[in-house]
Amino acid sequence: MAEITLQKRPGEAAAVRTRRRIKALARGWGAPLALVLLLAFNVLFTPNFLTWQTFFVNLTQVATIVIVATGMTLVIATGGIDLSVGSLMAIAGALAPLILSGALTGPLDPGLAVALAFVLPVLAAGLFGLFNGVLVTRFAIQPIVATLVLFIAGRGIAQVMTNGNLQTFSNPSFQWIGLGRILGLPVQAVLMVAIVALAAWILRRTVFGRHVLATGGNEPAARLAGVPVTGVKLAVYAISGLLSGLAGLVVIAINSSSDANLIGLGMELDAIAAVAVGGTLLTGGRASVVGTLLGALIIQLLRYTLLANGVPDAAALVVKAAAILLAVWIQRQGEGR
Amino acid sequence: MTADAMERRPGADRRARVWSGLARQGVLAALLLLILFGALRYENFLGAYNVLSVLRYNSMFALVALGMCFVIMTGGIDLSVGAVAAMASVVSALLSPLGLTPALLGGVGAGLLAGLLNGLVIVRLGILPFIATLATMLAAQGTALLLADNQSVSVSWDGLFVELGQGDLLGLPIPALLAAAAFALGSVMLNYTGFGRTVLAIGDNEEAARLMGLPVDRVKLGVYALSGALAGLAGVVLASQFGAGQPTEGIGWELFAIAAVVVGGTLLTGGVGSVGATLSGVLLLGLIFNILNFENGRGSISLSAYWQSVVRGLVLLVVVVLQSRLTGRRAS
Amino acid sequence: MVDAAPLLAMRGIDKSFSGVPALTAAELTVGRAEVHALIGQNGAGKSTIIKILTGAHRPDAGSIQFDGSAIAPASPAEAQRLGISTIYQEINLVRYRSVAENVFLGREPRRLGLIHWSRMNADAAALLRQFDIDVDVTLPLGRCSIAVQQMVAIARAVSTDAKLVVMDEPTSSLDDREVEVLFGVIRRLKARGVSVIFVSHRLDELYAVCDRVTVMRDGRTVAQSRMGELGKLDLVMAMLGRRLTESEARGIHGTERAGGAPLLEVEGLRRGHRVRDAGLSVRRGEVVGLAGLLGSGRTEVARMLFGADAPEGGLIRHKGAPARFRAPGEAIRARIGFSSEDRKAEGIIPDMSVRENMTLALLPHLARAGVVDTARQQRIADEFVRRLGIKCASPEQRIRELSGGNQQKVLLARWLCTDPELLILDEPTRGIDVGAKAEILSLVEELADGGLGVLMISSELEELVQGADRVVVLRDGRSVAELEGDALTEDAVMHAMADGGEPAPGRAPAAAAGSGTGSGGVSGGGAEARGG
Repeated sequence: MAEITLQKRPGEAAAVRTRRRIKALARGWGAPLALVLLLAFNVLFTPNFLTWQTFFVNLTQVATIVIVATGMTLVIATGGIDLSVGSLMAIAGALAPLILSGALTGPLDPGLAVALAFVLPVLAAGLFGLFNGVLVTRFAIQPIVATLVLFIAGRGIAQVMTNGNLQTFSNPSFQWIGLGRILGLPVQAVLMVAIVALAAWILRRTVFGRHVLATGGNEPAARLAGVPVTGVKLAVYAISGLLSGLAGLVVIAINSSSDANLIGLGMELDAIAAVAVGGTLLTGGRASVVGTLLGALIIQLLRYTLLANGVPDAAALVVKAAAILLAVWIQRQGEGR
Repeated sequence: MTADAMERRPGADRRARVWSGLARQGVLAALLLLILFGALRYENFLGAYNVLSVLRYNSMFALVALGMCFVIMTGGIDLSVGAVAAMASVVSALLSPLGLTPALLGGVGAGLLAGLLNGLVIVRLGILPFIATLATMLAAQGTALLLADNQSVSVSWDGLFVELGQGDLLGLPIPALLAAAAFALGSVMLNYTGFGRTVLAIGDNEEAARLMGLPVDRVKLGVYALSGALAGLAGVVLASQFGAGQPTEGIGWELFAIAAVVVGGTLLTGGVGSVGATLSGVLLLGLIFNILNFENGRGSISLSAYWQSVVRGLVLLVVVVLQSRLTGRRAS
Repeated sequence: MVDAAPLLAMRGIDKSFSGVPALTAAELTVGRAEVHALIGQNGAGKSTIIKILTGAHRPDAGSIQFDGSAIAPASPAEAQRLGISTIYQEINLVRYRSVAENVFLGREPRRLGLIHWSRMNADAAALLRQFDIDVDVTLPLGRCSIAVQQMVAIARAVSTDAKLVVMDEPTSSLDDREVEVLFGVIRRLKARGVSVIFVSHRLDELYAVCDRVTVMRDGRTVAQSRMGELGKLDLVMAMLGRRLTESEARGIHGTERAGGAPLLEVEGLRRGHRVRDAGLSVRRGEVVGLAGLLGSGRTEVARMLFGADAPEGGLIRHKGAPARFRAPGEAIRARIGFSSEDRKAEGIIPDMSVRENMTLALLPHLARAGVVDTARQQRIADEFVRRLGIKCASPEQRIRELSGGNQQKVLLARWLCTDPELLILDEPTRGIDVGAKAEILSLVEELADGGLGVLMISSELEELVQGADRVVVLRDGRSVAELEGDALTEDAVMHAMADGGEPAPGRAPAAAAGSGTGSGGVSGGGAEARGG
């Protein structure tokens, strides 16, 4: 077919171009702009907004979402989705106290116990993530269904491990990950920034990152260009699992307790919302980890703003829904199809 | 490429058809086996009390799964059903002092509105069903909490409202009768009306359905509205059964419903599905819970109730893996 | 002769997309109870004129007279109501539903407002029997052969009282027996007074079933005639816009590159209906053309050579040793590159930059410990942008924003930067402007001079004859001729494409009159491929 080029009457063309530019701007700068506006609003109207306490509260609340959403961003960048993140958080969160208390292995050297409590749960969650990847690639099951399996079974596994009981514990060296400070900043916030930076760097600078985007951008073309599409997909689901596991540890460390019924409940939706608001294309191929961070911050700040100004949490949910739809709609406009 | 697709089709389709037949029979066979197992193993398994309470409890899920079944047959998905049911339960509880009819209509109407919203966003704005219904889910959750002022809302015990969830008619639980009627209607609608056939045609090949002159957008709007209304009805039953509107209930219902639909052999890509098998899927997943309870009651082994999720997940896994193998859709 | 009152008369149809003309004063006239062939190459405007007729596009200018009145269908549904039904190439039916439903979807017989299944099944069976099709109408459509599926689509069209049925490449995936069944149905349609527009690239078929023919090229109607008045060669010439006398000249580059060692040798390649017995070979420093009409299996062969699809039979030797690439990655490691004909669907990654797109296949070699050496990547991108004269704001520009020709150059560079030994180019000049075309072709020549083996698929004979050292002609999935040296002329290629390189008896049915045979005979080839 003939090449479609833009050749219209001059005035019309200019108008079209202007509209396009506005749309492109909205797509590229909408998220940062929204964040700045929210911040400005709060600085002006919300009492006690510019305090370290407010800052830390918001950071700690958003950290786990961002960590999970970073993995989700990679999965979505390949054109997939991962519904199992919340359940994998629960598995990791249930496993760690069992290791700390020696219930799994018998009494352990305390240092070793803490080390294992960090490593094993995260690895376990990563393996479950890999399992998702196998379903998606080997069995060609749609990602939404493939990860639904562990969404349902995963929390059950965590509940079975703990018999559904609340496990309380107190282990300062382990809880450092949720309660500690690095240079005065909450550890999980530092962790969050480090993970986002690392993932953003991987996505931009490594062969793997480029393969992720190529797979989501045009899978047949990527395959024909020699991209190992199957391996790439396995890897992103495994990474999503690993990061979910880590987030699970942060959650239980903050709470000094682990409740398999609650850890990560609804996390998949928070993470997907952050990714969507952050401007990552939900059909794959265009992704921004920093955007996801911004998206999570926007949602968090939106909620905080509404709460701090006397709007009930419930109404904040409705606003969040509208924000997600708006973000996705703006994205669609930019597609120009 | 296109040629390959065409050449592969007949084989793949035969397998898909076989799959669908097998699944329909398979899920029914599995259900019957499970019932037989329970009947032989546990004394009161087929006792009136157990049968009726299983039916009563699972009727809400059945209603939600029926709506989900229609949505999935068009190739879509509705994540909002759980939250919409919760919202409807609050609405009907608030309206229950006015009597059964306003409470019923209010709850179903609230669900219908949410469903219409889903449908409009999907059809008019062209936003993926996954995202559109995710947003509606959040909005419905928020609305439910707002209306209920963050707590459960007791229903009025004066009128007939509580009878809807708790009463019996001809010795059968009313919610179960409601669900049975809905499934019967749903089955007729799917098999004997243009709407039903169009639903399947859209899920099969939306472009072809359009070219055949079928009212694609209207029917898509219709299935989301239907799913919303059924979720609303489930919410009314919920409020009536537990005597309160529950703004925080319904979390995870959508995924349970999807699982039931998939176990019932409905293809998630749309185009193939069965209302009856979806009912079998709901009952199968529900009975797993029931049987685990009995097993624990016997005390010979101690499986916590939490095993039900694991087992449900495994059932789903087996089904989707079989589905992928039999329909021959493999990574190329 | 055109009837006094033809069923359909489309006149002076203009249509452009964003300023690029797709149709210019195109015409299409179909008589009553007439089977009308519509032919032309890719981009000739066939599908555009059909889409206008069936309401999928609106014309910019021109008139459509149908059945005695002027019409302007705004949607396929409206065209259907007017009596124009289309059987699409991708059969547009729902494959999980039964045969009967596919005939009646949207118009099911009812009883008490509910679908009357038994009557629907009986009606569908009766309808299909009229066409001598005996199938179980309760079977899901997907379980029927492609041929039956088409009959069902036709039955659906007829049951909506269609007066004109448009068939877009209906035979492209049918085997010979199924084609016969289809022809039987078409003849019955004709007997019922229904007209048919038949789009096909298999010329033999046109003679078997069509009364008249319209040939399109570059958006214009270039020939309208009774089928019998044009020979196959005339049809091909009209489609390609060439005359025998003009095309005698041999390609300009006289310097015969002495073919080096064989890189790839293929014998008896098979896959499905499309590829039945393909053979060819490519040596170092040689440009081999692969010619054939649409649907002759060219692309399918190329994909198998690159490991994108698995052959069902046949032998591939790479540098003398039997090879079977199971994935493109393996072929790439063997230093083979493949540029797809479908730039959008299988070439570009639209949201990535020129630099990223260009270095995608090279990426693993551009990295240390998995980290891309951006500086080197940048250098390579800059170098190829310069060498190939790619016009872009910068290598950082998104590839989707480039023109087709420049996108194509980026995709070529994607392979060139991997330093390949063999490059497979499927329609490298499709949809790009004349200037870019010439640049790409001279680049191909330059590369071959430097020792690269090139297998080039093209629909443009001039390109093949001038650019290739040898041309293998495919017809219906078989290698039917291999032409080189003095025997390589456009005439010879056309003959081979039209007749399969067999001497006279096979071609020219009753209608041989006026078909300009004569000169430029077909040398080489025969039905067998010359393995090496």
